Formats: sequence, structure tokens, C-alpha cells
Amino acid sequence: MNRKNKELLSVENLKQYFPIKGGIFGRTVNNVKAVDDVSFTVYEGETVSIVGESGCGKSTTGRAILRLDTPTSGKVEFDGVDLVSLNKKQMRKMRKDMQIIFQDPYASLNPRQTVRQILNEAMEIQNVVPKSDRDDRIAELMKTVGLQPFQADRFPHEFSGGQRQRIGIARALSVDPKLIICDEAVSALDVSIQAQVLNLLQRFQREMNLTYLFISHDLGVVRHISDRIIVMYLGKIVEIGDKESIFENPQHPYTKALLSAIPVPDPEIKKERILLQGDIPSPIDPPTGCRFHTRCPFATDKCKEELPVLESLSHMTEGHEAACHYAKEIETGEHKPTKDITKVR
Amino acid sequence: MSKENSILKINNLQTSFFLEGDNEVKAVDGVTFDVPKGKTLGIVGESGSGKSITAMSILKLIGHPGKIKGGEILFNDQNLVESSEKEMRKIRGNRISMIFQEPMTSLNPVYTVGQQISESYSIHQGLSKKESKKKVIEMLKLVGIPSPEKRINQYPFELSGGMRQRVMIAMALACRPELLIADEPTTALDVTIQAQILELIRELQDELGMSVIFITHDLGVVAETCDYVAVMYCGKVVEYADVKTLFKNPRHPYTVGLLNSLPRSDMDQEELIPIKGTVPSPDDMPEGCRFAPRCPFATDLCREKLPNLDDIGDAEQIRCWIYTDEWDGDPEVKVYEPQK
Repeated sequence: MNRKNKELLSVENLKQYFPIKGGIFGRTVNNVKAVDDVSFTVYEGETVSIVGESGCGKSTTGRAILRLDTPTSGKVEFDGVDLVSLNKKQMRKMRKDMQIIFQDPYASLNPRQTVRQILNEAMEIQNVVPKSDRDDRIAELMKTVGLQPFQADRFPHEFSGGQRQRIGIARALSVDPKLIICDEAVSALDVSIQAQVLNLLQRFQREMNLTYLFISHDLGVVRHISDRIIVMYLGKIVEIGDKESIFENPQHPYTKALLSAIPVPDPEIKKERILLQGDIPSPIDPPTGCRFHTRCPFATDKCKEELPVLESLSHMTEGHEAACHYAKEIETGEHKPTKDITKVR
Repeated sequence: MSKENSILKINNLQTSFFLEGDNEVKAVDGVTFDVPKGKTLGIVGESGSGKSITAMSILKLIGHPGKIKGGEILFNDQNLVESSEKEMRKIRGNRISMIFQEPMTSLNPVYTVGQQISESYSIHQGLSKKESKKKVIEMLKLVGIPSPEKRINQYPFELSGGMRQRVMIAMALACRPELLIADEPTTALDVTIQAQILELIRELQDELGMSVIFITHDLGVVAETCDYVAVMYCGKVVEYADVKTLFKNPRHPYTVGLLNSLPRSDMDQEELIPIKGTVPSPDDMPEGCRFAPRCPFATDLCREKLPNLDDIGDAEQIRCWIYTDEWDGDPEVKVYEPQK
């Protein structure tokens, strides 16, 4: 969270719509607005997390940054280069500096390649290590992620889930990237293994000055690993700020509800829970105005019509922004919820 | 074990899977616990600890090549292990019900929600179509599904994940069971929806006075919903305690390891302390204590001999040599130190 560091990644007005085709001519009848006008910056050496529930667009944002899906519009600048304007070949070169680790380590490793082939391929494509040195580099990578060098000749199915995730990390590290996007990278792992992998990721960050964009729905993990946090809801950022601000002083009613919904592993804590009504609306036809107004206990007519913008208010720390018309009034108690939604456990 | 009345008592349950060439995988290997009447028992453990197989064994849903090899499952003094299939049919969905993790795969996609729920009424209570329809609507209302008259004619794919899980709960509770087994009921759901479903299960439990077995890997969910907890590792219960004791004073090194490796959303931690190594594979089980190879306190005794699940205190049990007279390691060993 060092503001003096240079900007590594900046995303401006990113939009990612997926067309829905229909009718006899297969025309586009509508769009899934998975990411709708999202802007943020990631500084070198920090960990920024994107949190939110399913369908909020967090994974799509990650994929759009890497151009795994081509964004509908917007600007993605990485290390001073505008990624959206690059052609495929140039983009492939850029991916040396930006790697991704996926949620399901089994689905993201080719089952017919040995670990050696997997790592070799990555280095071959990016041409980072001369052929003669590759075996040494592979042995070194295996050791770095806590596996034995001789295991490099095994196939992915011979490894456990946690070990497979280590292979995914080794592959990402093999090309010496600057930025790693971790898309639910530890979500499928058991807690004891998850802790091992998290510690590993943190160690690499210290040793190699890596920058992480960490996409996760698990707020415990996010609190542990992040410097700054972006909260998304239905394709939009509702709140952004450093870890302390988001966890200790959340401003957006959605962030508050999300935080209060996490079960805390302490049976003696009495906590107030905000129970949201209903489900997340469909991103095909998202609500007008504030996207959250259909479930928000504070919503008024204004929220139904006007889209709130991200802003920082006087009672918030620098860099902490929330998109709510009533952030200030809710804080001072002037604006009260229309129905009682809290429940004390 | 607990002094309260138990609705379910499991003694030394053993369920194994017999694979090709005399290869026996002991998925549940001598599990013992009680479910006190009207209370919630949590079963926690990581993947492969045998928690789901224990649940399936209770309802005798273990198919070939699996088999319940021994032990007792006493449900109100009836031993389910000895019960016939015919007797089990009267119990399943009627007196003991189960909800599963993935509501989409456990609902039948070609029947409407109403048809699936009314099945229990026609089978167990012999109600007519008209009567059961009324009951179904009542049930859907109870689990908080808006406009149940319309939903009754919808198919599972027309519902969201949270709604599907509500339908599953309605189906499980249709006959007002005495015991509900919930196998990771909220794992596939988003946290705000999870909060709704946990609240719902709690409310319904109060209302219907049923007992619940809650299987989960999420210690947060355990802390919020359970009265008692059984921690499982490699097919065995390693610790059993009431929920407050377990979180305040965990005794088994495995339980401590789980708590220490958990990233918390309610406090800042310097570093996570993971459990080293991985769960042993079932065909290569350690001789002595199953956890010895990963345990920071393990001695030769631990590696050679399996400890028993011993009673300590009123309602607590522990399977660890440290708490026995035979312990040959450091007598002052401190297994748990709370994080700040």
C-alpha cells in the first residue's frame, strides 16, 4: 500500500459485455453486463483484492486485464503500455510479465503433460531461460514451491490438490512475472493446505517484489493477504480502500452486509448481522440507478434512479471511496433503514 | 459423553470400501459420538476425513463397493445397522432427513418443485394430491420462498442457488423429521445467501424441535450454528466437545492446527501457522496415531500406538497420548496458545 510506488496496472472505464444471440438471424438481443465501467489502479509490490459474490464480475475483470477475453471498451494500461491496443503477438509477449493462477489446479494443468513439460512449455513460449539451463531452473522452481525436483517427471494426477496448486504457482513464476492474478487460487484447498499456499505466496512477494491481484470470495483470506480491497457488486465497484478502512470502517451498505455475513470462528462473539433479502439480480437486466437498491435496506427513490459514483467523504481515509448516495447520512444516523434488518446472534 | 438425552448414538462405526484385489479403504474407522436431543452436532474435518461417509452410513446410503462393517447406530434405541431396507425406507425422509451440498444435482430436473416435495407426503403420510399440495405450499412458505403458489409449478433450473437450497430444506423437513443431517448445506452458496440459509435452519430447528447433524469444513459456520462438535481426521473422531470449549481450549494438536491455519476476517494475524505435510492416503495409513506424521508434538509412542478416544471432563473426549498417563514427551507441553 505504498503510494510512492509506481503504478503498475491501471484500469480505466473497463466494460465487458457478453452478447446474447437470439432470433432467427442470430442477432444480439441483449448483453450480459459482466463488468460495467470499472476503474482502479494497482501499484508495484502491493496486493489488491477484488471481492464480491458470484456474478459480480471479479473473475471477468481479471480475465479482461489479461485479454483472455477482449474487453468491450475501456483502457488497461500495464507498465505504461495500453494492452487493449496490442495485437495477439504483442499481447503474448506481454503475458510474460503478467501471469494467472486459476482456482481449479486440476483443470488448468494439461493431464497428458508431465510437470517438466508444463514448466518447459511456459519458458519456451516466453523464451526466458536458455534451453541448456532449463532443467536446472525447473529443479529450482520445484524446490521453491516446496516440491521435490524428481517429482517433475510425474503427471498432474499423481499430485494432491495442494501440490497441484503449487505446480500452478511454479508455472506462473517460471517466466519471472511482475504481476500475478490469483483467481480464487486457494478457494478449493483445505484450510491446512490453504495456509501453506498463502504463506508461500506471501514469501514470494517479499522475495521477488511481486504484485498480486487477488480475486476471492473468502474475506478471511482477503483480510490476511491484501493491502487494498475492491468490493464489487453486479459489475460495478461499490467500495474501494485499504484493508483497515474496508474492514474497520465499511461505508457501503453492501460491504457492511457482506462483512456481517461471514461466520466468525468464535462462538462467544455476539454479533449483529445484516440479513439481506432476496438474491442477486441478473446482470442481463441489472437494476437502474444503484445496482444494490433492490436489496438495500436504506434505498430510497433516488437510489432507484440515480447511479451513485465513487467518492471519498470527510470521515473516510485517503483513497477510501464508496458509491452510495447516503454514505454520510447513514454514518451520522440521519438516514435510517426502512426496515429492521439486523439480527443479533 | 454428554449427559443429555441422545437421539442418536454411534458406537465404533466402521465403513469400508472394497476395491479390486482385496484392497480395503477404511473411510470410517471406528467413529463414536452422540447427538443430544434438540441440539446441533457439528462434524468438522478436511476432505477425506470420512465426515460425509459417516452421514451416509447413518441413513445406510452406502452402495457397492462400500459396506458398513461393524459398529452400532442407535436411533432412539433402534440399531440402524441391523435394520432391514424396508425399515430404513420408513425412516429416511420421514424421521431422519438429509440435505446435500449441491442442490442442483440433488433435485430431479424433470419434476416440478411441488411434485418432488409432495412425494414424501404421499409415501410417508398417504395424503391425497389435494391435501399434499396444501402442505407443500405451507412448507415453501415456512422456508421463506415468496409466492409459493407459483413456485410449486416451477422446475429446479428456474430457481437460483439459494432458492434451490430452500426447496431442498422444505423437502427434507416435509415430514417434520426428528433428526436432520445437513452435509455442507451452504458451501456452494455466497456468504449473504449462506447467512440467510443458516438463519433459516436455526429458526426451523427451534420451531420444530429437531436435532441436527451439521457437516462442514468451515469452522466459522461451526462456531455459529453448533452446540457440540466432533473433529474428524482420517476416518476417526479425534476430539469431541461442546462448541465453547472447543474454540476456547482446543486440545488435539489437529484441532489446534486447523484453528491456527484459518485466515480470520475478524482480526489481523501476523502469519498463518499451517499444518505441515498432507493427509496420508488411505492405502498408506500410519501405524500409530493417524496425525503423528504431521504433529509437531509426536513421539515414538504416537508413531507406534494408536491412542483411544478417552473421556475427559463431563462431555469431552480426546484421542491423543498427551492427555494420558502413558505420555512420554514433555510433560509441560503447551498444545494451544491463543493468537492475539
